[in-house]
Amino acid sequence: MVTSKSEVLVGRIILIVVLVLTLLPLLGMLSAALQSPDRLPTGLAWPTNPHWENFVTAFTVGHVWVLLGSSLLIVVVVVPVSLLFATLAGYALGNLRVRGGRVVLVAMVLGLTIPFEAIIIPLYYQITSYGLLNTQWAIILPLIGLYMPFGVFWMRAHFIGVPRELSEAARVDGAGVLQEFRRIQIPLARPALSALGILLFLWTWNQFLLPLVLVDDPDKRTMAGALGAFQGQYIDALPLLFAAALIVMLPTIIIYVIFQRQFIGALLQGAVKG
Amino acid sequence: MARRALLTGWLFLLPAVVAYCLFVLYPLLTAVQYSFYKWNGIGASTWVGLYNYLQIFTDPTLLAPIGNALVLIIYFTIIPVVSGLILATLIRNMRQNAFSSAARTILFLPQIVPLVAAGIAWSWMYAQTGTINSILNTVGLGFLSRSWLADFGTALPAVGLIGSWVLTGLCTVLLLTGMGKIDPSLYEAARIDGAGWFRMFGAVTLPGVRQEIVVLVTITIISALSSFDIIYTTTKGGPGTTTLVPGISIFRLAFVQGQVGLASALGIVLLILVLAVVLPVQRIARERD
Repeated sequence: MVTSKSEVLVGRIILIVVLVLTLLPLLGMLSAALQSPDRLPTGLAWPTNPHWENFVTAFTVGHVWVLLGSSLLIVVVVVPVSLLFATLAGYALGNLRVRGGRVVLVAMVLGLTIPFEAIIIPLYYQITSYGLLNTQWAIILPLIGLYMPFGVFWMRAHFIGVPRELSEAARVDGAGVLQEFRRIQIPLARPALSALGILLFLWTWNQFLLPLVLVDDPDKRTMAGALGAFQGQYIDALPLLFAAALIVMLPTIIIYVIFQRQFIGALLQGAVKG
Repeated sequence: MARRALLTGWLFLLPAVVAYCLFVLYPLLTAVQYSFYKWNGIGASTWVGLYNYLQIFTDPTLLAPIGNALVLIIYFTIIPVVSGLILATLIRNMRQNAFSSAARTILFLPQIVPLVAAGIAWSWMYAQTGTINSILNTVGLGFLSRSWLADFGTALPAVGLIGSWVLTGLCTVLLLTGMGKIDPSLYEAARIDGAGWFRMFGAVTLPGVRQEIVVLVTITIISALSSFDIIYTTTKGGPGTTTLVPGISIFRLAFVQGQVGLASALGIVLLILVLAVVLPVQRIARERD
């Protein structure tokens, strides 16, 4: 498009203003996190003697190692299991086209719109009756179920795109369904799987409502869930709370910066399919 | 043979179906059941029929969250989609360079950050001694400063704008990819017809990204109506009921005030509200295709 010099300039200025506004809350929090932990922080300014040790304090006081372990445990179970279940079902619906599969599909599509808040109360009593309240399983098991609508929908969309001749060729060569699934379909599904994996990781890491309701002990929550508990504890030491919030964000931001193309791609596809 | 194929297929479906039924469908049906009872969560429950629903639609403190959730659509849907359109057009008109790709990365950042952390960051933005007030003081507008989240007039727009902050990047980047798929010859043809920038935007760009807009409107409306994390970490619904949303009310009623039946009914109303807003959007989108 042909655009005049002044238009380009105005466009640039608007964009820069928006970028500053995007970063401002995070920079403001950083500036407050570096102030003295004993006083109420003030304003947006680089402190004259930055208290970097706040991050160390927040790290030890908040048991961040334990938290990282807990979050990782949750992610390491939830993501692979959800991927496996969603892939199996997506294959059945997209490639095998099982009779009666439509019912499953419709039920799953409806599930896409269910807000977590609508089922959190029964989940609480259900998890209590299993004796799993206050354990990581209280987060892991419901999340696997809650990810099924999106995951199955996503993998079905992938398998529909794979030419059926491929399966037929494999069958002619004498491969059974399981063999074909493992040798041919899974390797082909790798891009779809890794994008879905990124999304599930992010959603699990940032999950807040489930840990808030189902797990009292912050040490057994997800990172985001634990941050909610810190908010109550650090009410008189805001710089430490802000340092903790930045520590919680850091792992996802690092992974985002490294894999940003995959991240953006996954989230965009996620938006379109969801 | 056909029977065996059917069996294999259902075996593949089984794990997902079991997980879904156990942790989504079963709790959902239980929530519907709870919603017909008066129950404090511990003792005996009494059947009250539709009384809980009647209470939701007659009690102002229970209607307020539904109204607020609808107002949040302005901040979660309209502002991000409109700014997304503007920003995407700006970035597209720019030469592809380090600046434009850095812009994309930064704009998308709020989408990665946990909403809890976003809430905490913004509660500092809005605090009495926080970022916004200190900037206002610096530029001589100190008389405007206030505790933004505690003020009855500003609290709801203030939490709403956090939603705009989170969602604008997603909208921008998705619309940008949508615009990338528009056939350049359409612009060419419009220019030959003497269309100005504005006409071109209306006649070529907007119809070209219609599918993306439908998707964004759907997901941002769902996140407006079912917002929880941001409100919980900033205002918890206060001052008064000015920022109360259904998610916070459900949490408080069920786990603080012991009104499990009423809370469950509110959850069902929330689900119906989401469907009532999202399904027409989908239908309009499909009809126009």
